[in-house]
Amino acid sequence: MIDKLSWVTIYPEIVLLVMACIIALVDLSDTSPRRTRTYILTLLTLAAVAVLTGLAAVGGKTAYGFGGMVVSDSMGNWLKCFASLALMVTLVYGRPYAADREMLRGGELFTISMLALLGMFVMIGGSNFLLIYLGLELLTLSSYALVALRRDNAVASEAAMKYFVLGAMASGFLLYGLSMMYGATGSLDLNEVFKAISTGKVNHQVLVFGLVFIVAGLAFKVGAAPFHMWVPDVYQGAPTAVTLLIGAAPELAAFGIIIRLLVDGLQPLAIDWQQMLAVLAIASLVIGNLAAIAQSNLKRMLAYSTIAQMGFMLLGLVAGSDQQGTQNAQAAYSASMFYVITYVLTTLASFGIILLLAREGFESEEITDLAGLNQRSPLYAGVMAIAMFSLAGLPPLVGFYAKLAVLQALIASGAAIYIGLAVFAVIMSLIGAFYYLRVVKVMYFDAPVTATTVSASFDVRTVLTINGALILILGVLPGGLMTLCYDAIAATLAH
Amino acid sequence: MGLLSLAIWVPIAFGAALLAFGRDEHAKGVRWVALVGAIVSFLVTVPLFMRFQNGTAAMQFVEKTSWISRFNVNYHLGIDGMSLWLVLLTSFITVVVVISAWEVITERVNQYMGAFLILSGFMIGVFSALDGILFYVFFEATLIPMYLIIGIWGGPNKIYAAFKFFLYTLLGSLLMLVALIFLYNKSGGSFDILSWHKLPLGSTAQTFLFFAFFAAFAVKVPMWPVHTWLPDVHVEAPTGGSAVLAAVMLKLGAYGFLRFSMPIAPDASHEWAWLMIALSLIAVIYVGLVALVQQDMKKLVAYSSVAHMGFVTLGFFIFNELGVSGGIVQMIAHGFVSGAMFLGIGVLYDRVHSRQIADYGGVVNTMPKFAAFALLFAMANCGLPGTAGFVGEWMVILGAVKANFWIGLGAATALIFGAAYTLWMYKRVYLGPVANDHVKELKDINAREFLMLSLLAIAVLWMGLYPKPFTDAMDASVVELLRHVAISKLPV
Repeated sequence: MIDKLSWVTIYPEIVLLVMACIIALVDLSDTSPRRTRTYILTLLTLAAVAVLTGLAAVGGKTAYGFGGMVVSDSMGNWLKCFASLALMVTLVYGRPYAADREMLRGGELFTISMLALLGMFVMIGGSNFLLIYLGLELLTLSSYALVALRRDNAVASEAAMKYFVLGAMASGFLLYGLSMMYGATGSLDLNEVFKAISTGKVNHQVLVFGLVFIVAGLAFKVGAAPFHMWVPDVYQGAPTAVTLLIGAAPELAAFGIIIRLLVDGLQPLAIDWQQMLAVLAIASLVIGNLAAIAQSNLKRMLAYSTIAQMGFMLLGLVAGSDQQGTQNAQAAYSASMFYVITYVLTTLASFGIILLLAREGFESEEITDLAGLNQRSPLYAGVMAIAMFSLAGLPPLVGFYAKLAVLQALIASGAAIYIGLAVFAVIMSLIGAFYYLRVVKVMYFDAPVTATTVSASFDVRTVLTINGALILILGVLPGGLMTLCYDAIAATLAH
Repeated sequence: MGLLSLAIWVPIAFGAALLAFGRDEHAKGVRWVALVGAIVSFLVTVPLFMRFQNGTAAMQFVEKTSWISRFNVNYHLGIDGMSLWLVLLTSFITVVVVISAWEVITERVNQYMGAFLILSGFMIGVFSALDGILFYVFFEATLIPMYLIIGIWGGPNKIYAAFKFFLYTLLGSLLMLVALIFLYNKSGGSFDILSWHKLPLGSTAQTFLFFAFFAAFAVKVPMWPVHTWLPDVHVEAPTGGSAVLAAVMLKLGAYGFLRFSMPIAPDASHEWAWLMIALSLIAVIYVGLVALVQQDMKKLVAYSSVAHMGFVTLGFFIFNELGVSGGIVQMIAHGFVSGAMFLGIGVLYDRVHSRQIADYGGVVNTMPKFAAFALLFAMANCGLPGTAGFVGEWMVILGAVKANFWIGLGAATALIFGAAYTLWMYKRVYLGPVANDHVKELKDINAREFLMLSLLAIAVLWMGLYPKPFTDAMDASVVELLRHVAISKLPV
């Protein structure tokens, strides 16, 4: 059963695991406060993994390994590739912050975050309930540890506790739902489950009951309302570097398992889960956007903005109704994938600026802390403004095309209710524009509190500039990434 | 690279370069680079006029390349008689605005100049886009520089104004986006605006589209009753911002009616023409009266803009050649005149730091050269024959009388109100004895201001005395538009 092909499907994961262990060992001998050696080794590993998965994605082949437990396809490999890149950027932004707060002393940050990435990879590559669940647990357990990394900090500890309790509950939901599916269909394998459900011989009531738990568990993980309660607290409480770590790359993995579970495995129940996702999406758009307006804490505001953005992403999944044929579904799911990728890109930039501004002992978490940033550093204010306008969905920034693609998917379905959903989403994003604009307002219109210019090390400055430029460049030329998402989703749906 | 692409990207490239390299210690150099950029981008648009073929309704200087192949979005540019002069107006006003800011803006000069140049490129993009998404991208993108211009260099209440401007116009545009995607799906996967003109549409779809476009364009124009953002924004915006806003940005909305609402949903346009005419007449008459009682000069001119733009939409929706051409002429004339009015107020504001009419009086005694210019522009604002303001208003009124005597009569009252509020303001600010010490100490305009106002004065007189180049260019396009709009698109 373990043939050569099986190893091929998981070799990025193997590289990641081996290197995580090696880096943990190397770190023992690295006593510099900023852990330069470990840091560089980690970045190199991540770059190598990104290249490996990227090449596999370009190859575009779909391969199953370990008797169908693991799947390596174009969509999965792209998500893995982008997740590695996102983690790289996160670590570049996060290292000075972490070093200032003595979070690097045991070197856990690098090792654990690599294990978290491994968890994401397993989630994305799993074609079996058990494996997906294992990957998810590896990711979330690593995340709990990371949030609690500043163990002498009361706020962070509280956030970790909340995250752990709620996260464990979500995992419980998901596991419960999965076990019901297993009970009903007799298999843990996604393809087997798919076949069993398509026959129509399985008791529909049991399936829907299990589905409710699965969707609830997934909603917890992506932070969709009304299962969003942990998001603001954890985003705010966690050390900012860790907030970025759990807020960026894992969204890609969350999208991955939604596609795996709901589309690959439970597509015949689409009618049921689409309705649930529609409700989640509407609730997320309303709660996320309205609550974000009231925030004065920047991290908390971005947390609510995440909830709203995830609501928009879910709309893409809602739009891909099966009755309209696969082409419509491909367009809709690829719109969601594009949305997630661009969202992660933008989130990296916005948290990158927060991390940059956070000096030792000063967290720079309030929106007012950004006051007059344009006078202190036009470049960083520009990057933040680009990120905010992109999140608000303004052209010519990439966030606009993400919204465009989702709206197009909704309207293409032709049903009046979907057009209504599109208009609703548009009105909600107008409300959203208000709080994004407020950040721009503070940076450009208000007088600075301090006159100190913002300085950053060469690596941070370079990556931030590239990150901001990418939001703009992909906004001017979004075609390539859109086609990439479309082809990846098409390849995944084809098998 | 085609001429239109150059017209769009030259100012944007100059603007981006200023943002990237200009620092306040090089403010002098920044100003010169900005001026060179503005003049070069104006010169790039001149050949458009020289080589423009009159007498054809076809799109000219067309460029088309695939842009986002996934959605069949093209980088598709082209202009006809309706957009030619708007492109020229935009690049012309940008030169004037750069000159107007020369000594006035001393902080963050590179960002100010950069924002205006980039804005200019975006607006030319709107006037020349023939692809729905390309149009939308430029249309929306104009919000970002304008938001920053109002918010950074604006008056005491600038933040309120900047948010109001942004959110009002964004709401309209987002509904238009839904309409664009709807059309994309209806047309079987095309964002080509010209192909949408030929698309048969049922009456429900047309009504939906008409009101989605109405939301976008009526706010931008702005039509009564969604005009309330305009006075607020004008009062707070810096002089250059007000000038560009009134001279060009309002035209984006009016242009949208011509390019989208009327040809894409002709039946709905006819059906709802009464509403458009009613709203336009309210703008002309009621807002004209509101202008009469303003104490703040900028507010007065802002309300006068709403009234004048009411003429434009009135002209469009009476569906005859005089009306539509008159509307377009009025758009361009208003561009010159309102730009000049706002810049003139800016000249006074720079010296006295007040926009209240009551703070002035007898300015003619201390600033005779300036008062002469102001008189010319005031006359143009009232629509005196021989100035730009006259041609368009006269054509619209003629067209309106042709369509319906009472509409024509209503429209004609605008001339009375326009004359009343403009001349009364002129009298209170410029004529009479010197009112106070501020006015006594005023210095007449310097060479820079003289140059800036002369440029506009030449434009105003040229258009007033010899409007033929303007009307000749647009004739064929207007005839074609009306012929098209007259044919029902309802499936039989």
